[in-house]
Amino acid sequence: MDELVRELVPQVLGVLVRRGADFATAEDAVQEALVEAVRRWPGAPPDDPKAWLVTVAWRKVVDAGRSESARRAREERVREEPPPGPAEHEDDTLLLLFLCCHPALTPSSAVALTLRAVGGLTTRQIAAAYLVPEATMAQRVSRAKRTVAEAGVGAPGDLRRVLTVLYLVFNEGYTGDVDLAAEAIRLTRMLARESDEPEVAGLLALMLLHHARRAARWDEHGGLVPLADQDRSGWDTALIAEGVDILQAALARDRLGEYQAQAAIAALHCDAPSAEETDWPQILEWYDELLALTDSPVVALNRVVAVGQVDGPLVGLRELEPVPADVPRRTAVEAWLHERAGDLGAAHDLYVRAASAASSTAERDHLTRQAARLRGARG
Amino acid sequence: MAKYLLLKHYRGPKPLDCPPMDQWTPDEIDAHMAFMGGVIAQLRERGEFVDAQAVSTEGTFVRFDGEGRPPVTDGPFAETKELIAGWVVIDVDSLERAHEAAAYLSSAPGPGGEPIREWIEVRPFLEMPPNVTE
Repeated sequence: MDELVRELVPQVLGVLVRRGADFATAEDAVQEALVEAVRRWPGAPPDDPKAWLVTVAWRKVVDAGRSESARRAREERVREEPPPGPAEHEDDTLLLLFLCCHPALTPSSAVALTLRAVGGLTTRQIAAAYLVPEATMAQRVSRAKRTVAEAGVGAPGDLRRVLTVLYLVFNEGYTGDVDLAAEAIRLTRMLARESDEPEVAGLLALMLLHHARRAARWDEHGGLVPLADQDRSGWDTALIAEGVDILQAALARDRLGEYQAQAAIAALHCDAPSAEETDWPQILEWYDELLALTDSPVVALNRVVAVGQVDGPLVGLRELEPVPADVPRRTAVEAWLHERAGDLGAAHDLYVRAASAASSTAERDHLTRQAARLRGARG
Repeated sequence: MAKYLLLKHYRGPKPLDCPPMDQWTPDEIDAHMAFMGGVIAQLRERGEFVDAQAVSTEGTFVRFDGEGRPPVTDGPFAETKELIAGWVVIDVDSLERAHEAAAYLSSAPGPGGEPIREWIEVRPFLEMPPNVTE
């Protein structure tokens, strides 16, 4: 029943919200309906579980009206609505997703609300995944619900915003028992089924192409293995094939966006049988496209790595100059370029500096090892 | 989201222009404590709170001294320069917000109800590397 419930809950919530229930009331109503379902379904399973949940939950919404005016307003809406049946809109989950990624929410609030309401994760699971106390996450979710209720439904959904939230769930994921990266993929698949926007497909492809390499990214001691050193036989070829198919179909629509461009770069890395066989000239072309689309200093930095591969480290160092000093990993890239240029002394010192500025322990340890390796080479 | 450690030292980078707490009036101490409680309550309410602890001023340095030998201890030292009083850990959307929270913590009232403006050290936690790095 768990899987079914996780699929159905956001759909049912979406129906209630579309009918005019406020978000918090709708969620309470669905939770109460689920309690009834647990009690009743084992003895008398409904033919259409979603319709059953909608009927029961909607009754709870109506019951929940406290003030007379609120009750009147709701009854008004009940009369206007057709009786609940199996023919509800397909995109109810989508409506809910857009609501959870409301532009009035901060990214962290949108992430929390999305995982709770659309992902169907418990507050405890989300709290564990982000290493905060359960009470803090509960508060974040309930504040987010209030913000959405005050901001109001009805504004057209902002797809960019939804994609950003899903990207955040994916990119800053995987701590704790819940696999947030896998959850982000599940939600993005759901979105991709309902949307024909190429950037949705682009984001899904990007996630799959990175997820495919996940196992090879870590060594047995929890250390980070850089792309060039990864055991490529550990990559998930089925995920790569799926990601490439999805990306190619998206690119064929000829409406390029940043996620498609990023996915194209990931696909070219996945396509190389060995690090030496990587098609850097084509990757550099995609970075040029990506930079034109985003004008992001992080992209500019990653592009310099490709420049270093294609045109050599001296050109790379020249193109690194305009990249702002505070871009994360800039010093690490500078160290790598100096190493390629044969200036091991400068590279060593830069690796040391890069390690002290690293934002994760895995990255810091990796950079420290790079510095140690060069100290040996110099001696 | 990122986690930050807001560290309260007994001494910041510069000495405070404020007498030690044992020279305050009981009301001034109460007002200070109530303010600190309020800061934590507000962080909880905003969904940003992770942890808050105070540690004893009495501590001991300990180190390994070889297999089968008892650990070497040193201290306590009365005049340690870098004594940690306590910390607050927050999980917030930006460094700016972390600074804002630290500044608010530093505005706690002291003698005469004036903000004591104590220095709070803000240190980012090292977190998981992102999935997408290329």
